[in-house]
Amino acid sequence: MPELSRGLSRDQVRHLADLARIDLSDAELDHLAPQLNVILESVASIQGVAGDDVVPTSHPIPMTNVFRDDVVVPGLTAEQALSGAPAVEEQRFSVPRILGDEQ
Amino acid sequence: MTDTLVAFDEVLERYDPALGLEVHVELNTATKMFCGCPTEFGAAPNTQVCPTCLGLPGAMPVVNGKAVEAAIRIGLALNCQIAEWCRFARKNYFYPDMPKNFQTSQYDEPIAFDGYLDVEVEGETFRVGIERAHMEEDTGKATHVGGATGRIHGADHSLIDYNRAGIPLIEIVTKPIVGAGEKAPLVAKAYVAAIRDIILALGVSDAKMEQGSMRCDVNLSLAPKGTERLGTRTETKNVNSLRSVERAVRFEMGRHAGVLDAGGSILQETRHFHEDTATTSPGRPKSDAEDYRYFPEPDLVPVAPSREWVEELRATLPEPPSERRARLQADWGYTDLEMRDVVNAGAVELIEETIAAGAAPQAARKWWLSEISRRANEAGVDLADAGVTPAQVAEVQRLVEEKTINDKLARQVFDGLFAGEGSPTDIIAARGLALVSDDGPLIAAIEEALAAQPDIADKIRGGNHAAAGAIIGAVMKATRGQADAARVRELILERLG
Amino acid sequence: MSWIYKTAAEQAAALAAGEVTSVELTQAHLDQIAKVDEQVHAFLYVDTEGALAQAAESDSRRAAGRPLHELDGVPVAVKDVLTTTGLPTTCGSKMLEGWIPPYDATVVARLKDAGLPILGKTNMDEFAMGSSTENSAYGPTRNPWDLDRIPGGSGGGSAAAVAAYEAPLALGTDTGGSIRQPGHVTGTVGVKPTYGSVSRYGLVALANSLDQVGPVTRTVLDSALLQELIGGHDPKDSTSVQAPVRGLVEAARAGASGDLIGVRVGVITELGRQGDEESGWSEGVMGVFDDAVEQLRKLGAEVVEVSCPSFVHAMAAYYLILPAECSSNLAKFDAMRYGLRVTPEGNPSAEDVMKATRDAGFGDEVKRRIIIGTYALSSGYYDAYYGQAQKIRTLIIEDFTKAFEQVDVLVSPTAPTTAFRIGEKADDPLAMYLNDLATIPANLAGVPGISVPAGTAADDGLPVGVQFLAPVLEDARLYRVGAALEAAVGDVLGRDKLDHRLGLTEENK
Repeated sequence: MPELSRGLSRDQVRHLADLARIDLSDAELDHLAPQLNVILESVASIQGVAGDDVVPTSHPIPMTNVFRDDVVVPGLTAEQALSGAPAVEEQRFSVPRILGDEQ
Repeated sequence: MTDTLVAFDEVLERYDPALGLEVHVELNTATKMFCGCPTEFGAAPNTQVCPTCLGLPGAMPVVNGKAVEAAIRIGLALNCQIAEWCRFARKNYFYPDMPKNFQTSQYDEPIAFDGYLDVEVEGETFRVGIERAHMEEDTGKATHVGGATGRIHGADHSLIDYNRAGIPLIEIVTKPIVGAGEKAPLVAKAYVAAIRDIILALGVSDAKMEQGSMRCDVNLSLAPKGTERLGTRTETKNVNSLRSVERAVRFEMGRHAGVLDAGGSILQETRHFHEDTATTSPGRPKSDAEDYRYFPEPDLVPVAPSREWVEELRATLPEPPSERRARLQADWGYTDLEMRDVVNAGAVELIEETIAAGAAPQAARKWWLSEISRRANEAGVDLADAGVTPAQVAEVQRLVEEKTINDKLARQVFDGLFAGEGSPTDIIAARGLALVSDDGPLIAAIEEALAAQPDIADKIRGGNHAAAGAIIGAVMKATRGQADAARVRELILERLG
Repeated sequence: MSWIYKTAAEQAAALAAGEVTSVELTQAHLDQIAKVDEQVHAFLYVDTEGALAQAAESDSRRAAGRPLHELDGVPVAVKDVLTTTGLPTTCGSKMLEGWIPPYDATVVARLKDAGLPILGKTNMDEFAMGSSTENSAYGPTRNPWDLDRIPGGSGGGSAAAVAAYEAPLALGTDTGGSIRQPGHVTGTVGVKPTYGSVSRYGLVALANSLDQVGPVTRTVLDSALLQELIGGHDPKDSTSVQAPVRGLVEAARAGASGDLIGVRVGVITELGRQGDEESGWSEGVMGVFDDAVEQLRKLGAEVVEVSCPSFVHAMAAYYLILPAECSSNLAKFDAMRYGLRVTPEGNPSAEDVMKATRDAGFGDEVKRRIIIGTYALSSGYYDAYYGQAQKIRTLIIEDFTKAFEQVDVLVSPTAPTTAFRIGEKADDPLAMYLNDLATIPANLAGVPGISVPAGTAADDGLPVGVQFLAPVLEDARLYRVGAALEAAVGDVLGRDKLDHRLGLTEENK
């Protein structure tokens, strides 16, 4: 079980920012890291509060089996879909060169 | 760096292969997994999208009940348990073809799990364990501009069409397949073919590998012979046909052995299969180990299929392909060996349709497994993609039976069909392949042949009918094969008998 | 006297009686916006033309005898976190500056279908993260009661707009108190409905399992009218409950009679003076609260103390669940399909553009929560953080269930302090989070809550609200008890006091 109150190092914060695709400047890292650790310390208080027998709740209102029929519903026109796009080419969203592979 | 490849037989002397296969099936529902956009192929870019599948801020998903039904039926057909209660989960990672930068999938609560599929390879039955089948959504499609061959490497920018984003996918994952030994490549291929059969029989997808409505990722590892460990595995993507499945397994086995023999260790990575060279190459190196940070999808509620519903769906399952094959074999009067060859060639449906179009079972088998198989192998495609339809095959057979053409000429007709020259009748006309139907020219040719070989004529007159063969041969030559040999024989014997 | 000082119910009645037209009403509010919004900054966008056109249509309908709804023609403001076609939806962030959605949120569609002219979009903490509206990328909103103070958050704009008579009705959203707490500090009414009873389709998600859209008004009856209008099942929202929204207006009217005999009210031990010392429950707030509780007794309610021991863990659970969900929700803002795109120099990849854009487009609080959320969900930490937090949630639900076996409604102060000064807590995230101490448990459990103005604090004269909580789907109880308290305390805030604070003398009015 990882120690929750140990806090995050500057490097760990940078790594998390990378995972979240946020390019933090050094100044931001310096500023954010201690604030994050203060918050994490305070939330660490929940460790051990709920026993193993407590079932987690992900939804306040229990419901199941909400489905729709397999029937076409009109959507957006291409113009509407592309209306906010920073760049459009050939009726498609133009994005800069992608480095990674598809998953 | 070139790969050292160890020969297949040698690999098996020192290693045991373990396989894992992940098949993604694109469902043929009318609408997407979480919204009411149409799923039809070929629409203009970004015309089949809505706030939900485009991932617009504030949009929300609603589950397509028909997709859930298909998932359950697939699970049942694979002898799986159907979850009493399961949820969707978010698989979080960034990629421009994913509108939300997370995929709504299922993580530790798949709708179907713990099943199996029996696969037959060269008379031996392998039971492939099914780990799970779960529901997820497809991504949009990126076209890369500016690089060579339109691939992502070296591209200047990319264009994204989200029509495909959100189309329902069912992912089927096997448990590790061990103990197949030298048959590993064939087991992999047979398994994928069997999945395809089931999917087609259920009617939930058109399962066309070359079109992407069924996708296969091949996982392979080698362990030193007899150790019963599992080695480090690699995943190979872009495997777009049954043939490719077999060849990908074969290649990776040789490559892994090459690395391990040299004392190296296998890099756990995702590789890309190349159709043209039947080799694999490494994918892009990942900058960080991918942590998908799965958590239950909070905008959806759990799926809890009642046992009644599951039993209702179980009753809709079609005959299992293996039972169906046994029935067809009996109907068609094939021997075990003949049926096995047909199954291995992936020709069961094709033959079924050919027979439905009027051909006799043996004739159907003959054409598909000889002429068409040969040509398919040469072109490097599966039988189904060879460019010849069952109706055309039945037509060719009919023309042979009617003596419009003979077997030998039929081969030229197939050449024409492969080349897309039209219907069998068109090809016969265009290429002038019809058997001579009029006795006149045949008699003339016979006269000429007899005149050229008077001693043979005497022999035949003398009762040696077998000698007629030489005359028949000469007539066939003279007519460029377009004579019905049996008729020529008749005419010769009439003339001289 | 200007129509803007009337309640929405009164304005609706006047429209029906032909005493005023919707165009007149709408224009009067637009005039008020022009007068005070430069100081208050409640609005990010005012749709003068659109609102007047909609008002004109309302008048035509009414002239033809075909009003669409009781509230047809009464203007409304919409928090900028809800999508509106044709009007920018910025969520208070640079990331969506100028973004015009191609679709309406369901609640917005319901407003339109009922004929309410939409005055514009109100200011908010960026992506609804905050308790003071200081995190807005477009500058803070100021509390009409004291322009140097915060109007609460994240929905400070809607509350301030209603408090300053710029709109009779507004929509807000509440994830941890973002409707109720601004209500408390601005002397207005704010309601967080039962989770799932109002559609979230078109609400830019912060924490999907906690968010709800709700009414922001000056009176309890107005909130009931608005909630009945926007609430109800939506097939586009899978988490939306089937139960119809009914009886709220009836309950509010019944409550106004002031009879609470037979109603059992529970004072939550952990939220108040006996609670955590460090949470800083101010005497000013507690004084008003104690008086309000006494008032309830006088109206015939049976008041007891109820302990909800798990509530002390609510903040920690909330500040794990919310960042986890929002870190995933905000991933879609990546410069590829809409919103801000920042292209660094050189030959940047898509990944480079994403990173630069998200650094430039998100403010500090948003970045903090995304990083915490990413951490809480990462492998190896999931069970300890997110998993544990979901368990705390179960304990909190159990506390509520047990409490509601003893009482019909629960009561607490809405927040520990009155409106603090702008800038006072901006650099101290934890201090800021403590504002939500009393409101968070309701979001975790999905139960409905209301904040009703109960008076002004003795020490600083600033508004204080009292919070009622009811069981899931029993929103009507809130309206009954809330209306009763409201009637009992009367006009404690006083319109003329507000006009004075806004510098509106007789000449300016």
